[in-house]
Amino acid sequence: MSSSNENAAERVRVTVDAIYRSDSRRVFATLVRLLGDFDLAEEALHDAFRAALEQWPQEGMPANPRAWLVSTGRFKAIDNLRRRARFVDLPPDAAERLGTDDSEGRDPADIGNGGASLMALAERVADGLGDPAAWDDESVEDDRLRLIFTCCHPALSPDAQVALTLREVCGLTTEEIARAFLTAPSTLAQRIVRAKAKIRDARIPYQVPTREDLPERLDAVLRVVYLVFNEGYSASLGGSLTRHDLSEEAIRLGRLLIELLPEPEAQGLLALMLLHESRRAARTSPGGELILLDEQDRALWNRDQIAQGLALVERALSSRRFGPYTLQAAIAAVHAEAPSAGETDWAQIVGLYNVLLRIEPSPVVELNRAVAVAMYDGPEAGLTLVDGILARGDLEDYHLAHAARADLCRRLERTAEARAAYERALSLTRQEPERRFLERRLNELLD
Amino acid sequence: MKYLCLICAETVMEQMPEADAEKHLEEYREFTDGIRKSGHFVGCNRLLPPAAATTIRVRNGKVSATDGPYAETKEQLGGYYVIEAKDIDEAIEVASRIPAAKIGCVEIRPIAEDSKTLSALGFVGLTTGDGTA
Repeated sequence: MSSSNENAAERVRVTVDAIYRSDSRRVFATLVRLLGDFDLAEEALHDAFRAALEQWPQEGMPANPRAWLVSTGRFKAIDNLRRRARFVDLPPDAAERLGTDDSEGRDPADIGNGGASLMALAERVADGLGDPAAWDDESVEDDRLRLIFTCCHPALSPDAQVALTLREVCGLTTEEIARAFLTAPSTLAQRIVRAKAKIRDARIPYQVPTREDLPERLDAVLRVVYLVFNEGYSASLGGSLTRHDLSEEAIRLGRLLIELLPEPEAQGLLALMLLHESRRAARTSPGGELILLDEQDRALWNRDQIAQGLALVERALSSRRFGPYTLQAAIAAVHAEAPSAGETDWAQIVGLYNVLLRIEPSPVVELNRAVAVAMYDGPEAGLTLVDGILARGDLEDYHLAHAARADLCRRLERTAEARAAYERALSLTRQEPERRFLERRLNELLD
Repeated sequence: MKYLCLICAETVMEQMPEADAEKHLEEYREFTDGIRKSGHFVGCNRLLPPAAATTIRVRNGKVSATDGPYAETKEQLGGYYVIEAKDIDEAIEVASRIPAAKIGCVEIRPIAEDSKTLSALGFVGLTTGDGTA
C-alpha cells in the first residue's frame, strides 16, 4: 500500500472516530427502533462502524454518514439473523407458525427460541427497508427521545434507569457509570443486562408516552438527565474536573424535552443546568485548579447561557407549578445576577432554600442551606447547622460536608478543627482537582 | 368447584441447565396431557421469572408502577386475570382498572409464549392460558 493510501485510510479513521463520538448513540437509537432489540442494535452499530472503516477509504465518504451507518447496520443485522437462523434447529411447528401467525415474528423475546423466529425477525426487519422514516433527521431525534423514555420507564428500578440511560443514551462505559455511583463494575454490568432483559421480557415499548402519561414519566427522565449533567459537570473519573460532552449532552436532552413538553420543571432543570454550565470557564484555573464561586472571575461567566437560564427560571416560576429543579435554578439565578460575591442577595438565597427544604427535604439541601446561612448570619450560625447535620450521621461520608465544616472553622480561626476537617474531606474525595484544592487550603493552614 | 394451583419453586426454568429444563418441560407435558384426559384441566400458563414483573398501585387516581414482584408485602393473592395487551404500558393501563389496584396492588407478569413451553403445555397454536386453544 502506498503512503498516500495509508494517509487516506488514516484520515478516514479519524473521521470515523469523530462520527462515532458525535453520532453513535443517535444511530443506536434508530437501530433499536428498526431492530426492536437493544443487543441486536448494539451489535449492528459496531458492525456498521467496522464496515465504515473498511469501505470508506476505498469508496469515499457517503453524503450522509449517519444514514449510511443506520442502513448498513440494519443490513448487517438481517445478515446475522439469517445466518444464525440456519444454525438453529427448527422446532416441529416452525413452518406452521411462520405460515399462520405473524405476531410471533414480532416478538424480540423469542430470539434464540428457534431458527424460525430468527428468520421471521430477519424478514420483518428486511420488510421495513424502504421506510423513509428510517433516516430523516426528525425521526432520528424522536428515536433518541424514545430511547430516553424507554430507559427511564417506571417498570425498571430507579438504579437501572440511570445506568441504562448513561450506557445506552449517553454511551458511557460501564466502568465510568460504576465509578459515578460508587458501585462495582460487575454489579453495574449485571444491572444493565437485567434491565435489557426486562425491556425484552415485559415488552417495555419503544415509544414516547401519551400526553396523559407524559408528566409522570417526565419526572423520571428529568432525574436521570440531571444525574448525567452532574456526571459531566464534576466527572468522577480521571484528573479533569469537568467532562464537557456529557454536560452538553444533558443540556441538549433538556432542550429536546422542553420542545416536546414545555413543563415548568423541565424548564427549571434546563435553567439549572445552563446556569451551572455558564460558570464553567471560571470554575477552574488555567492550571486545572478548582476555583470556588466567591473567588471566580465573573467576567468569565457565559452571559448568553445566563440570559437563557434566567428567562427559563422566570417562565417556570410564573407557572406556579414548579418543583425542586426550578427552586435550585432560582438559587443559581440569584448568584448569576450578583455583580460580585460580596453583593450576593443571601437573604433571598436562604429564603429559597427554606422553600426547597420544605418540598424536598434532604441532608444535602440542608447542608447547602447551612452554607448560605453562614454567608448571611456569619460562620458561627452556619457551623452550628453543619455540626447538627454531621451529628445525625447523615453526611458522615460526604466530603463536601467536611469541606464546608473546614471552611467555616477556618473563617472562625479554629485552625486545629479546620485542619482535621480538611483532612477528613481529603480522605473522602475522589476527584483530583478537589483533592488539590483541599490540599492547598490545608497547606495554607499549616504555614 | 375450580381451584387455582400456584406453582412456586426456588429455581425457575430460566435458571436450570438446558438439559434439566428440557426434562422438566417433558414432565409438564406428561402431567398436562394426563389432566386433559382425566377432565381436570381448565387452563394453565408458565410465567416468565419475577425479574420481569412490574407491580402497580393506584392511589388517589394516580398509577404508580415499580419494578419487581409484590412478594415482600403483607398483601395476599386473591385472584387473577389473564389479559392480552400489546406491551407493558397497555397492560399497566388495563391492570390499573382492576378494582383491587386501589387498595392493594396488582403484579403484572409476562406469560411464557416460547414454542417449547407452548408445545409442552399442549397448545397447538399460539393462543395460551384459557385452555380453549
